[in-house]
Amino acid sequence: MLAFHQNHGCEGTVVVTQVEEPSKYGVVVYDGNGKIERFVEKPLEFVSNKINAGLYILNPSILDRIEVRPTSIEKEIFPAMATDGQLFAYELSGYWMDIGQPKDFLTGMCLYLQALRQNSKGALTLVSGDTFVGNVLVDPTAVIGHNCRIGPNVTIGPDVVIEDGVCIKRSTILKGSKIRSHSWLDSCIVGWNCVIGQWVRMENVTVLGEDVIVSDEVYINGGKVLPHKAISSSVPEPQIIM
Amino acid sequence: MEVNANDCIKGVILIGGPQKGTRFRPLSLDVPKPLFPVAGFPLLQHLIEACVNVPAMKEILVLGYFSSEEINPFLNEISHLYKDVKIRYLQEYTRLGTAGGIFHFRDQIKAGHPSAFIVINGDVSGDFPLRDMLEFHRENLNKPVKPLVTMLATEATRQQSVNYGCIVENKTTHQVVHFVEKPSTFVSTLINCGVYVCGIDIFSVISKIRKEKQESFYSGETQEQLESIMIERDIIMPFAGKHGNIFVYQTNRVWSQVKTAASAIYANKQYLELYRKTKPSRLAQSKERGDALGVRVIGDVYIHPSAQIDSSCVIGPNVSIGKNVVIGPGVRIHDSIILGDSAVEDHSLLLYAIIGWSSSIGKWSRVEGTPCDPNPNKPFAKMENVPLFNAEGRLNPSITVLGCHVRVPSEVVVLNSIVLPHKELTRSFANEIIL
Repeated sequence: MLAFHQNHGCEGTVVVTQVEEPSKYGVVVYDGNGKIERFVEKPLEFVSNKINAGLYILNPSILDRIEVRPTSIEKEIFPAMATDGQLFAYELSGYWMDIGQPKDFLTGMCLYLQALRQNSKGALTLVSGDTFVGNVLVDPTAVIGHNCRIGPNVTIGPDVVIEDGVCIKRSTILKGSKIRSHSWLDSCIVGWNCVIGQWVRMENVTVLGEDVIVSDEVYINGGKVLPHKAISSSVPEPQIIM
Repeated sequence: MEVNANDCIKGVILIGGPQKGTRFRPLSLDVPKPLFPVAGFPLLQHLIEACVNVPAMKEILVLGYFSSEEINPFLNEISHLYKDVKIRYLQEYTRLGTAGGIFHFRDQIKAGHPSAFIVINGDVSGDFPLRDMLEFHRENLNKPVKPLVTMLATEATRQQSVNYGCIVENKTTHQVVHFVEKPSTFVSTLINCGVYVCGIDIFSVISKIRKEKQESFYSGETQEQLESIMIERDIIMPFAGKHGNIFVYQTNRVWSQVKTAASAIYANKQYLELYRKTKPSRLAQSKERGDALGVRVIGDVYIHPSAQIDSSCVIGPNVSIGKNVVIGPGVRIHDSIILGDSAVEDHSLLLYAIIGWSSSIGKWSRVEGTPCDPNPNKPFAKMENVPLFNAEGRLNPSITVLGCHVRVPSEVVVLNSIVLPHKELTRSFANEIIL
């Protein structure tokens, strides 16, 4: 990326990536050399499938372009730089995801784990064994019980305790949480220091904030639970619990 | 009460036929509703047992229009359990109505010269004080107006009473002053339980009613079915005010009707609780310290001796588990009926559900219904028999029922749904009838 920026010698480089639904984002139009002609924010008709990936390499000279007032770099500075022919696009290879929404976070997590399996970097190696299916990342301080099925696409944070007979798929379990026996989780984000009871079923992008307690035998379907909340009855339809 | 050695009492249980009990589908598609097991034993057997405990009970006649092949095998099977009491099924040739059937088989009922006989509607369940009711009936035989029929009654809430037969009682003499079936406006909180003690003179009464009906039928006055005579409509209602020979015996013991699958779950709970008092050997005990069963049992649970349950399971309260059922490790079940030859795999959770015969449930699955129990805040509240669909045409949350041979895969949830027999599910369902 840096080599590309230094090679063209202009003021800025914007990393772009290809997506399936470009009109959700800001589309970037550039020529064969990568020189950016213009930006189109959330286009109504198809313009291009390359969007601004949110990574930039900028020369300090761009600071002269910024007035001392609230300014948006994407809306005000970049279009000016493009007109001056000073902005280039670098096409990102590999995966990219805007993880602002919980469901996109989980998709991004899956992409990340997949990349990890392909590259196998030293510190974060994926586990294998009878309990684990597909791509699973488990912190060494986590404890997992017997007869569990963890994965595919699961990350388990430090000090997490998972009791016997638990099934977890496509989920992230953050530090210090405890999942009691026989529970089943799919597409969930479990916050720090939560306690999930026995025979609990959570699915469909359920998100638990920090320190949430879920009673035994509860069913949560797409619930978004704010921190420090206790859930003692089921949430069969997606809703926000405050 | 002293029992005269020559005394003879008969029991008559009216079980109707296949056209009755359609609200009990899909469970009644496989087995006649009276034979559906609740708390481990068929509804009919609970009623037989209630009669058997009445002193001087000599014979129980089961009346209905199911074919004999459907009922007799069951009666033959259980006859050895109640040696002193004969039990027979009498098939009606057409729908005769509750009183018409009794009249048709009057010779069988009168054989052996019983001093009175007890009539029980096949779809009621509960703890009936039959002995006390019989004694009450007999005491009143000394009164100036003798009882023709003594009916069992219980309290309901004002709102729910209109769903039943309502009784207005003379509090001193306990005569029924007025009776009306399912009134449109409030009449009384005292409701008919569908259990009667009848004197032998009732047959001449029915005979007279029959003659009157025949005359009006052939003279073209009425169109209705000639044969059908109902106890409530044709005897109790007209006679209560007019002749004063209908008496009422009130009870506060448990009573409910079994009309829908949801009510079977409630009756299951009721009978299991009754076992504590009457048949504690039928209840499963939580075995500690390395016994063979080892299952953790909470509350009242019936487990058939042939069932195999992993010791890591937690079962109860209010669960009945049928013959040859296999339950894998880590399963949790409460407020449910699991019928024979079914299998439940590891870590699943079943609550407020009826699992049909030979069904199977995979691992980590959740089968859940919603109870329709009486409102605990209202004294004398009865079960709500909610209609299947609400005003917007959506399924009302109720007990989840799986018909026979249903397969539920692993890791799905089946919530407030009804699954017809032989269906193999492939995904989760909520609030649906799955054909």
